[in-house]
Amino acid sequence: MPGKLKVKIVAGRHLPVMDRASDLTDAFVEVKFGNTTFKTDVCLKSLNPQWNSEWFKFEVDDEDLQDEPLQITVLDHDTYSANDAIGKVYIDIDPLLYSEAATVISGWFPIYDTIHGIRGEINVVVKVDLFNDLNRFRQSSCGVKFFCTTSIPKCYRAVIIHGFVEELVVNEDPEYQWIDRIRTPRASNEARQRLISLMSGELQRKIGLKVLEMRGNAVVGYLQCFDLEGESGLVVRAIGTACTLDKLSSPAAFLPACNSPSKEMKESPLVHPPSHGCRSTHNSPIHTATGSRLTQNFSVSVPTLIYTGMGSGSAGKEGGPFKALLRQQTQSALEQREFPFFTLTAFPPGFLVHVGGVVSARSVKLLDRIHNPDEPETRDAWWAEIRQEIKSHAKALGCHAVVGYSESTSICEEVCILSASGTAAVLNPRFLQDGTVEGCLEQRLEENLPAGCGFCHIPYDELNMPFPAHLTHCYNCRKQKVPDVLFTTIDLPVDATVIGKGCLIQARLCRLKKKAQAEANATAISNLLPFMEYEVHTQLMNKLKLKGMNALFGLRIQISVGENMLMGLASATGVYLAALPTPGGIQIAGKTPNDGSYEQHISHMQKKINDTIAKNKELYEINPPEMSEEIIGSPIPEPRQRSRLLRSQSESSDEVAELDLSHGKKDAFVLEIDDTDAMEDVHSLLTDVPPPSGFYSCNTEIMPGINNWTSEIQMFTSVRVIRLSSLNLTNQALNKNFNDLCENLLKSLYFKLRSMIPCCLCHVNFTVSLPEDELIQVTVTAVAITFDKNQALQTAKTHAEKSLQRASTDNEELLQFPLELCSDSLPSHPFPPAKEHLESASSNSGIPAAQRATSVDYSSFADRCSSWIELIKLKAQTIRRGSIKTTVTVEKASPVGEGNFRNRSSPPCANSTVGVVKMTPLSFIPGAKITKYLGIINMFFIRETTSLREEGGVSGFLHAFIAEVFAMVRAHVAALGGNAVVSYIMKQCVFMENPNKNQAQCLINVSGDAVVFVRESELEVVSTQQPTANCQPACAGGEVTT
Amino acid sequence: MTSELDIFVGNTTLIDEDVYRLWLDGYSVSDAVALRVRSGILEQTGATAAVLQSDTMDHYRTFHMLERLLHAPPKLLHQLIFQIPPSRQALLIERYYAFDEAFVREVLGKKLSKGTKKDLDDISTKTGITLKSCRRQFDNFKRVFKVVEEMRGSLVDNIQQHFLLSDRLARDYAAIVFFANNRFETGKKKLQYLSFGDFAFCAELMIQNWTLGAVDSQVDDMDMDLDKEFLQDLKELKVLVADKDLLDLHKSLVCTALRGKLGVFSEMEANFKNLSRGLVNVAAKLTHTKDVRDLFVDLVEKFIEPCRSDHWPLNDVRLFLNQYSASVHSLDGFRHQALWDRYMGTLRGCLLRLYHD
Repeated sequence: MPGKLKVKIVAGRHLPVMDRASDLTDAFVEVKFGNTTFKTDVCLKSLNPQWNSEWFKFEVDDEDLQDEPLQITVLDHDTYSANDAIGKVYIDIDPLLYSEAATVISGWFPIYDTIHGIRGEINVVVKVDLFNDLNRFRQSSCGVKFFCTTSIPKCYRAVIIHGFVEELVVNEDPEYQWIDRIRTPRASNEARQRLISLMSGELQRKIGLKVLEMRGNAVVGYLQCFDLEGESGLVVRAIGTACTLDKLSSPAAFLPACNSPSKEMKESPLVHPPSHGCRSTHNSPIHTATGSRLTQNFSVSVPTLIYTGMGSGSAGKEGGPFKALLRQQTQSALEQREFPFFTLTAFPPGFLVHVGGVVSARSVKLLDRIHNPDEPETRDAWWAEIRQEIKSHAKALGCHAVVGYSESTSICEEVCILSASGTAAVLNPRFLQDGTVEGCLEQRLEENLPAGCGFCHIPYDELNMPFPAHLTHCYNCRKQKVPDVLFTTIDLPVDATVIGKGCLIQARLCRLKKKAQAEANATAISNLLPFMEYEVHTQLMNKLKLKGMNALFGLRIQISVGENMLMGLASATGVYLAALPTPGGIQIAGKTPNDGSYEQHISHMQKKINDTIAKNKELYEINPPEMSEEIIGSPIPEPRQRSRLLRSQSESSDEVAELDLSHGKKDAFVLEIDDTDAMEDVHSLLTDVPPPSGFYSCNTEIMPGINNWTSEIQMFTSVRVIRLSSLNLTNQALNKNFNDLCENLLKSLYFKLRSMIPCCLCHVNFTVSLPEDELIQVTVTAVAITFDKNQALQTAKTHAEKSLQRASTDNEELLQFPLELCSDSLPSHPFPPAKEHLESASSNSGIPAAQRATSVDYSSFADRCSSWIELIKLKAQTIRRGSIKTTVTVEKASPVGEGNFRNRSSPPCANSTVGVVKMTPLSFIPGAKITKYLGIINMFFIRETTSLREEGGVSGFLHAFIAEVFAMVRAHVAALGGNAVVSYIMKQCVFMENPNKNQAQCLINVSGDAVVFVRESELEVVSTQQPTANCQPACAGGEVTT
Repeated sequence: MTSELDIFVGNTTLIDEDVYRLWLDGYSVSDAVALRVRSGILEQTGATAAVLQSDTMDHYRTFHMLERLLHAPPKLLHQLIFQIPPSRQALLIERYYAFDEAFVREVLGKKLSKGTKKDLDDISTKTGITLKSCRRQFDNFKRVFKVVEEMRGSLVDNIQQHFLLSDRLARDYAAIVFFANNRFETGKKKLQYLSFGDFAFCAELMIQNWTLGAVDSQVDDMDMDLDKEFLQDLKELKVLVADKDLLDLHKSLVCTALRGKLGVFSEMEANFKNLSRGLVNVAAKLTHTKDVRDLFVDLVEKFIEPCRSDHWPLNDVRLFLNQYSASVHSLDGFRHQALWDRYMGTLRGCLLRLYHD
């Protein structure tokens, strides 16, 4: 009897009128856990009943405590007929199961009904008494902490990062059971909500068990998803990174010089959203062996290296007994792991050694009924296959590990695309296991390498490159080789040296496909996939060059499948890394030299492109310092002979010879164009409008180059659905529609949030789905954060001057609590002068200087295409008329910097109102310090209506529903004693409508970490560093208005 | 390509004050967009008309959802669905309950019934206020009326407590409720020159002095109904004009005191009996509901207009009324001094406020 759950029902308010005659309600409450139910008394004739019930006590196994939700149903008593349900509240009691989190859940919860939405509120108190249970063979995993945050949570220190954990459970979807034909929509929705709640509880418990087996105590970067496979069932799957975390005891507040405890330095304050990578692999060869199932394997060389991390068994059987683990430690631990993957996107300093590039794999499957839910082997096998592929891609890149790893699916009827992506990386083994040091790694950890560029250095062997890449010496340290472009799925490392600001870069693509059934359909899809990946990649590359930048972070490529089309949407944050070479411009070459007007047109386009690049450089403040040996004043857009690289043309071979740089092979980056398409593509490049002045946007946690955040934040979700007119369904028209949809959506966001200027949209997360034939749905969740413009300006001015301090400031820029740095170490100071400082600092923090300074090189060649691309190229060339050349100017960037320490910019505006709960997709709250993690929030809601018009049509319906979801999340957080949700994500928003029947249904799944935060202004002892002059007018205590 | 669905939901509910005003003013989305375009917002922000349309729709949808809560403002404070900072909540409520001068003048003193609601079309045409806005304002009046009627305690306090209005606005609503309850006629042509503020001022004085609440604070509707007993007693004042000696004495007291101080002394002297008769008769008639309703018409006819036609300056009116009220205390034969003060104190205040062009 390991636990006693106690529940008290206090009161209700704002109940709906259930008895028309009296305009009142006779409400009572049923409290159900497992199979036990208690009831309160009926509170007659009141819309604000006071039940003040006794404590209802449930004596239960901790296994049940983890799996089951507490179910509270409010009903209207009816003497003569059946009692009417008013609504329900599901409470996940998991946060009460580990000691450091919440101790009591107490507060007002919205009473939710799947047909009517929120109907009043109920005040509930829940407590759990846990008894110690020493049973080794237990099935529960109480005590393992879960975090959605994809970095080490703020008030913890990572002792060991064990590695990948995954699990999936399947069940039949109640919506598709025979009984659904005879029960009400409400009963069916509730059955579904209950089942999913139960399945996520079970999943979490099973993952917890694996973590315990690995001797960890927490899962970080926990990502749980639902696959609604329709007839074939319901899959709930989760991945995460097992860690051993130590709670930092330091009472932060009282370091005068810096506002946060020095210990925090050890944790990487940055977290990034999960992102998907782009070097990809498709599984496409079709095995029809099993008849109905397709396994397709297309391998595209995707650089992924996996290094460390302890993977757990893929099938979710026992993860790894300790003995095996110990054995592994003595060998090269990482390589032994089945999947050395990490769902983290930001890391403790020194953890990430080199980055190889993005690795990804996709596979198209045909769904069939899951016959035995207890043995979900098929789905496990599918994922294992993909992970294996990712792993091998990483190996090919000379990397041992994959970081920023994530998985996703897109389902249409019986076809399912499984995708996985991550960033191949070489990691410092120190964090992976205590005491184990990898021999091979050591060599690479050359102490004298500056840290600001280390992660950019290539991890693979220069002479034996896995794909054609164009290498140069690192522009920062001049010692190691770096690629010319780097794509990653992770956040910008804290110590990275960037120049200027970053920006959101998106590639958007649609491809029509024929409607088909089953295998024919799957085949068609898998044939299209590589082309899409290729084009998405090309678009990203071109847009990156157009911005004058050379690296992408947080890359996430989503391919969605619909009945008659495929959509690809890639989002990433472009930056200029000081360590990488200056990107070449884009050059257009005409293919028919005799045609004068054509030539003229081409040169006109060329000019426009050059202008755009120049404008973007100014906009994003990209002005890398020129190296002394450089020829004076060579603005990037001017193509330079000596480095011109012409790609994709067969006749370009002689030009290639001109290249004096180390890329011997043909540059793989190609823009395929035929006459019309070419213009189209070039135009679309140029039609991307930059955000209005005062706005920045990125899909990473924080905006590279902006550091002075103020405390005003506004998280939002925006959904748009457009209907395509079936007449103009060509690829071109589709692309244009899709592009317009995304651009207009962004424009609307900028307009709506204009009162927050200057501000930055962070963690912009687009998801695309194709709910019906001619419908495209785009859902965006992001957070707008204000920043202090004055400081930004200042920064810009000093920009060019102080190059030496650049790197250190950069580090700060990336931290949300920048001042932490000044006391504890500039962990990644790239320059020798900083060295001593660094050593002393690092001794504070317990990390050997050697490892901090470590840099290994890795390069991403994310963009190199491998052989499959070449193949495509060949095909594409037949129709190509014009082409785009990329010009690489040889200019060297050196660290530039604005040396001024930035002032903390959180203004002293207290978060006055009680009960305000902030929500943010980021892992931190600007100007505040997270003092406690209360547990994971993972909620699933269904809303249905049969009176769509009356509820304001589809927009009114969904608007109200999303507002209700926010409200329920906030209420749960508040009841846990928290005042914010961080790492919030809306994982699913499935919307279906049937306007003819006046019906609509929507499913939403959200998750995040409930936390308690304290405003820094409340913590702070007035420090000398704070010149207080920078009280922004903009800070209005979180109040946002347009 | 048509937009099927287009929404934006913030964790903190975005409220655009300008759009809120347009919504309150009853403009349709397309009219509101047109007005916003005219305000030059597109140039300022570089947005497109489509963006503006989407933004306006979105705000309108939000307001529509909020409207239900605004009908019972305390609900807005306690609801969980929309996270709105308190200052914004206050703004939403205050603006929602604000009304147009032109509209309130049309409705003031009318019964807040369905019949009146049917006339809103005409009011809308007459005032140029959209029908939608007229309906909102009318419904607000009616809602406040319904909630506070038959309630104990101060009218202003009750309104403030149930609708969370500012003191100023709560007072205005108290006046509206008071007028509606007593059905004072305000729409006659001769009353057109009076503003809502004039009536509200009078209402406040009357609530303070003439209602049940003025003598007993523990009855229902104490601030809404006039004190019947008091009205009944007012008949006693008739003696002031019925008794010729008393009237003459009163006149001579006033004239003696004001001689030389009044620019319009001779006119006053000539008119004294008429004016006094007017004022006292108004009092004596208040026993009939019908005459209560005509209170303001009578005051204007019997006092304001005669004075105005003789071009009395406001200051002379004040001096006269002061003296006129005070002199009664020296009339030995007159026993209803307290009654007179309760009546005349309020009436004097009202008349001075009503006396303008």
